[in-house]
Amino acid sequence: MTSNRPMRDEYDVAVIGAGPAGLAAASLSAQSGLSTLLLDENQGPGGQVWRAVTSTPLKQTRLLGDDYWAGSKLVEEVRASGAEILQGATVWSLDPHLELGISVGGGSQFIRARRVILATGALERPFPIPGWTLPGVMTAGAAQTVLKSSGLVPSGKTVVAGQGPLFWLLTAQILRMGGQIDLILDTTQRLNYLRALPHAAAFLRSPYLLKGLAMMREVRSKVRVVSGVTKIAASGDGRLERVTYEVRGRSATAPADLLLLHQGVVPNVNLAMSAGVKHQWDEIQLCWVPVLDSNCGTSVDGIAIAGDGAGIAGVLAAVARGRIAARAAVEALKPEAGAKAPSMDTLRAALAKVERGRRFLDVLFQPPKQFRIPEGDTVVCRCEEVTAQDILDSVAIGATGPNQLKAYRRTGMGPCQGRLCGLTVTELMADARGKTPEEIGYYRLRAPVKPITLSELASLPKDESATKAVVRG
Amino acid sequence: MFKRFDGDARQPVEIFVDGRPVMAREGDTVSAALLASGLDVRRQTAVSGAPRLPYCMMGVCFDCLVTIDGMGNRQGCLVPVRPGMQVEIQKGKREIGR
Repeated sequence: MTSNRPMRDEYDVAVIGAGPAGLAAASLSAQSGLSTLLLDENQGPGGQVWRAVTSTPLKQTRLLGDDYWAGSKLVEEVRASGAEILQGATVWSLDPHLELGISVGGGSQFIRARRVILATGALERPFPIPGWTLPGVMTAGAAQTVLKSSGLVPSGKTVVAGQGPLFWLLTAQILRMGGQIDLILDTTQRLNYLRALPHAAAFLRSPYLLKGLAMMREVRSKVRVVSGVTKIAASGDGRLERVTYEVRGRSATAPADLLLLHQGVVPNVNLAMSAGVKHQWDEIQLCWVPVLDSNCGTSVDGIAIAGDGAGIAGVLAAVARGRIAARAAVEALKPEAGAKAPSMDTLRAALAKVERGRRFLDVLFQPPKQFRIPEGDTVVCRCEEVTAQDILDSVAIGATGPNQLKAYRRTGMGPCQGRLCGLTVTELMADARGKTPEEIGYYRLRAPVKPITLSELASLPKDESATKAVVRG
Repeated sequence: MFKRFDGDARQPVEIFVDGRPVMAREGDTVSAALLASGLDVRRQTAVSGAPRLPYCMMGVCFDCLVTIDGMGNRQGCLVPVRPGMQVEIQKGKREIGR
């Protein structure tokens, strides 16, 4: 059922995020008879990959493809499962005792859960090129979001730049919808084709291979694709006017009203890290991933992570991991109900199958250093408007890592809380100091992980001891 | 930058952007409606006053910050439009009390 605020104070399982992993987890958990709350920040279920699957104006199956519509089946499943579904709900705190702070409709409250499954997914890797803060520069995912949820397609001169499997999916979708793309700048490193070769055998059996190749062919037949791009800069007076790029040392410029950037996705770590979940640097995916056991359990007892937040593996793996995390919760809380659900061995085999060939994609689409570690006056922290050179200057006078850097430059202290600069800051400081990203570390994240107003905090229900702690007399 | 797909059959919803009527569609977020409006909807940042438009459209970048029905710093990409909604393009910091 869909509700407007949590109907209880305590649940067996709270699932955060209604994308593929969260839908699968909530569904299996509720079907097993556990009281289940599914929380999601958007107005409808689906997450990013199935965004607006219940409300999109693009009703024709062909336009978004069968893989998109597969999401509606899982939405129906969770709606029939008995899970309580809360849309438009922002989870702004999660502590190691499994208490969640939830903001919905401008008011906040706390609930408790016996198990928490984080399915907060991924976000697009920062793409800090000169001019990336100009109006008219967006992520490719942003264009995909407005396409799915509002049927908006690019109409002016449009350049798409970057790489990765989603990059080709998005360009194909825009073109099918009659959107305009004038130029595609492919930043895949030529060297990566060789480096990925040892992993090619596994990828040949991946469900993504044929779809990917067909999509690339479709796009290449309609739009000019420039490969081997090693530099990109956006420029214009108060808004984007042109994109300058370099191939084999030769520079070219294209006029542009819209530049869509994408170089892969990375786990959205904010809520998990703020709950104290241990993460480590992934040398291949070049991002932080949580340390997980084979049940998707984290270093914090009772908290599991499923979906791309557990390490990027795509939609099919997200569904499989969601079921594994939920099955583990059922085994812990209500083992007798487990007989109805698929066995853990079956679920793990399903995950192994869809993870096949992932390493090939990870290596092939590992983004080049110059697009991860910017230089000079390129903005790194969009919120506080801090440049790469500002950060290097701070390192030169003693800033050792991202947390010290906050005191020097306020990086990561703006409203996005490091989501758009964190990885860049870690890699930039590691590079400047000759350390590994693991040694440099990441921002220490704390609740509230999304900004909420002071009045919302103040109107939270208080017990007597909390009042006595601050009121005199 | 963006245009609406021809086959969009959703109900129109009238909102106001700095007092001007704008026709959005049911299910649009505020940011999507602003991008589709064709108006100059660039906000100005709190730090330097630089012009910005939404960047991520999924709730993480905060470049879509906008004043909605008198409340500042709302993430326009997460808030659905409602008939009669008053949207103001935010210039600089959120003002105290709104």
